[in-house]
Amino acid sequence: MSKFTEDDLKKELETKEYEYGFYTDIESDKFPVGLNEDVVIAISKKKNEPAWMTDWRLDAFRIWKEMTEPEWANIRYKKPSFQDISYYAAPKQKPKLNSLDEVDPELLKTFEKLGISVGEQKRLSNVAVDIVMDSVSVATTFKKTLNEKGIIFCPISEAIQNHPELVKKYMGSIVPKTDNFYAALNSAVFSDGSFCYIPKGVTCPMELSTYFRINEGGTGQFERTLLIADEGSYVSYLEGCTAPTRDENQLHAAVVELIALDDAEIKYSTVQNWFPGDKEGKGGVFNFVTKRGLCEKNAKISWTQVETGSAITWKYPSCILKGDNAVGEFYSIAVTNNYQQADTGTKMIHLGSNTKSTIISKGISAGHSQNSYRGLVQISPRANNARNFSQCDSLLMGDKCGAHTFPYIEAKNKSAQIEHEATTSKIGEDQLFYCNQRGINTEKAIALIVNGFGKEVLNKLPMEFAVEAQKLLEISLEGSVG
Amino acid sequence: MLKVNNLHANINGKEILKGINLDIKAGEVHAIMGPNGSGKSTLASVIAGKEDFEVTEGSVVLNDEDLSELAPEVRAHKGIFLSFQYPVEIPGVTVTNFIKTAINETRKAQGMAELPAKEMLQLIREKADLLEIDRKFLSRSLNEGFSGGEKKRNEIFQMAMLEPQLAILDETDSGLDIDALKVVANGVNKIKSEKNAVLLITHYQRLLDYIVPDFVHVLYNGKIVKSGGKELAHELEEKGYDWLK
Ligand SMILES: Nc1ncnc2c1ncn2[C@@H]1O[C@H](COP(=O)(O)OP(=O)(O)OP(=O)(O)O)[C@@H](O)[C@H]1O
Ligand SMILES: [Mg+2]
Repeated sequence: MSKFTEDDLKKELETKEYEYGFYTDIESDKFPVGLNEDVVIAISKKKNEPAWMTDWRLDAFRIWKEMTEPEWANIRYKKPSFQDISYYAAPKQKPKLNSLDEVDPELLKTFEKLGISVGEQKRLSNVAVDIVMDSVSVATTFKKTLNEKGIIFCPISEAIQNHPELVKKYMGSIVPKTDNFYAALNSAVFSDGSFCYIPKGVTCPMELSTYFRINEGGTGQFERTLLIADEGSYVSYLEGCTAPTRDENQLHAAVVELIALDDAEIKYSTVQNWFPGDKEGKGGVFNFVTKRGLCEKNAKISWTQVETGSAITWKYPSCILKGDNAVGEFYSIAVTNNYQQADTGTKMIHLGSNTKSTIISKGISAGHSQNSYRGLVQISPRANNARNFSQCDSLLMGDKCGAHTFPYIEAKNKSAQIEHEATTSKIGEDQLFYCNQRGINTEKAIALIVNGFGKEVLNKLPMEFAVEAQKLLEISLEGSVG
Repeated sequence: MLKVNNLHANINGKEILKGINLDIKAGEVHAIMGPNGSGKSTLASVIAGKEDFEVTEGSVVLNDEDLSELAPEVRAHKGIFLSFQYPVEIPGVTVTNFIKTAINETRKAQGMAELPAKEMLQLIREKADLLEIDRKFLSRSLNEGFSGGEKKRNEIFQMAMLEPQLAILDETDSGLDIDALKVVANGVNKIKSEKNAVLLITHYQRLLDYIVPDFVHVLYNGKIVKSGGKELAHELEEKGYDWLK
């Protein structure tokens, strides 16, 4: 992996951007950092976007300019200076390597522990492969199958060109530009992301994975995902991968919008393993994500996430249960170690009658980390017989970390049934000795106990993902007990 | 096989074991009896390597190797098994997953490959049958909500799976009903051979009717105050411990 300093990077960007000559009409000394209307226009132009999109971005930018960064999350960090960031980062090309020997040995070790195949290791670390790789042919077959079903799965930039009617109709309908600071920023400058449309009555025959997409483009700092499941359709979508993701960009602000029309179901699974910073907590990624889904009548959205990375995670995948009988689910494991901070949870907004939501949150804190659950269950006056069940469990390792639970409940309809359970536990010396006595060393014992703790959530992940996620939990907590 | 030499151990500065000597040979069954708080469980923990206890004098030697510096898991890999008086719960970890991990970690330490899933399953079935354990039981979380007797039976199931050289059974009989006691004792006897040994800790003669000891020791206030044959257990049952003080 590259060992760029921020300055090297800026310099490199500068030269590249001049090379492509995108900024001819902007003062050169202001570039590439900083954000103004010209930069927004430039981003849009570079992507050859139609005028309506450019206007949309500009509108978002004007909204963002008036907003201030939120303060309320239970996290502490040095705020990024938004005028010191380059918003012009085209999807970055990782440096091409000739063989795995050139890859950071630490990274290779992690790959091995995760059980990632050699071919996959090469792909992830951008080693040039001369033979036709398996994943390429898999991706081709994959696309063919999707086409036959009428499923659209492409970069969002492509969707803006080819499916403007869908993008116009739905983008920003769930997470409006005005929603929050980071969402507004994302709306103005989003680099790329995924678009997915499942036609009426179609059950997507495979897990849709950004895995394939990242291959084509590289990840961006401001990703935008739009997923529409038309009436009666079903899709299971996987985001991220367990392999450690390093990025020179410290700030990440993604937006994900899900739309489940009548009788549709979306299962959205995330494994997030961004660079968490070193043992002292330096250099990790700040991850501010807005994820929200809308459920029409009888529709269901289920968010499952395993969060182990980032220095700071701020993220509340939410469901708006608009239609009657809609179902929202949130299953989450968030691990924090060393100096990581996570403030995550969900919002379940019950608007329709007989709507139902389930929240299972498992927080694991080790080292000096802080792990907060923040959840809102809101029952609107016309949501008759709405039901919610929430369970928030925290597992603490050592006595320097913290776990916090902030459940907010706003019930405006008397027929609502809301249940909330919370527990906090520690890994006991007795549990460890018991495992040791059976030949299981302490590190492995912790992994076992933690996986047991997170089982209800892990069980919700698609099979292959679950196996990798378990190993990931194991690795994330390595060295957390002395 | 196992030699305990003049073993002294403290916890929080308080001496619990005050010079214990034991010599257990392969093929033998030893029983330790003694009043509450005399140090029986402490002795078991110290042999198994629990780090809360500080060994101030003496040694524990397995097959001529001093165990003093070895971590509990390493002692386990070398064939020491402890059936706990109070087995702990591990939520979300099934009995099957736990024992599978224990077996494979032990094999790994011994330089062997993981046991293939099919063989593992077969072994689990065989040992579960031996201890008359219902298959459904195996997919429950370890010890979570188990009855006292179920916990003990599960300990012996794990012992049967791991086939240790030296099995220390700390009050495995307490909590077992009469039928369960027979099943568990029968399980222990089936596994017993000329190559391994058993150290039973118990308060009751009853267990010793089923697993017949070669030696009985009385532990009192951190010391072995009397040793004898199996008759000693009967004598204790009749007279209690007072006459030994
Ligand atoms: N962690 C500890 N801290 C302080 N004292 C302890 C600790 N563990 C054990 N002891 C003490 O050591 C003594 C011996 O305890 P141990 O559990 O070995 O007794 P035992 O012979 O197994 O008793 P029982 O028949 O009731 O099981 C007791 O007085 C007990 O209170
Ligand atoms: Mg005891």
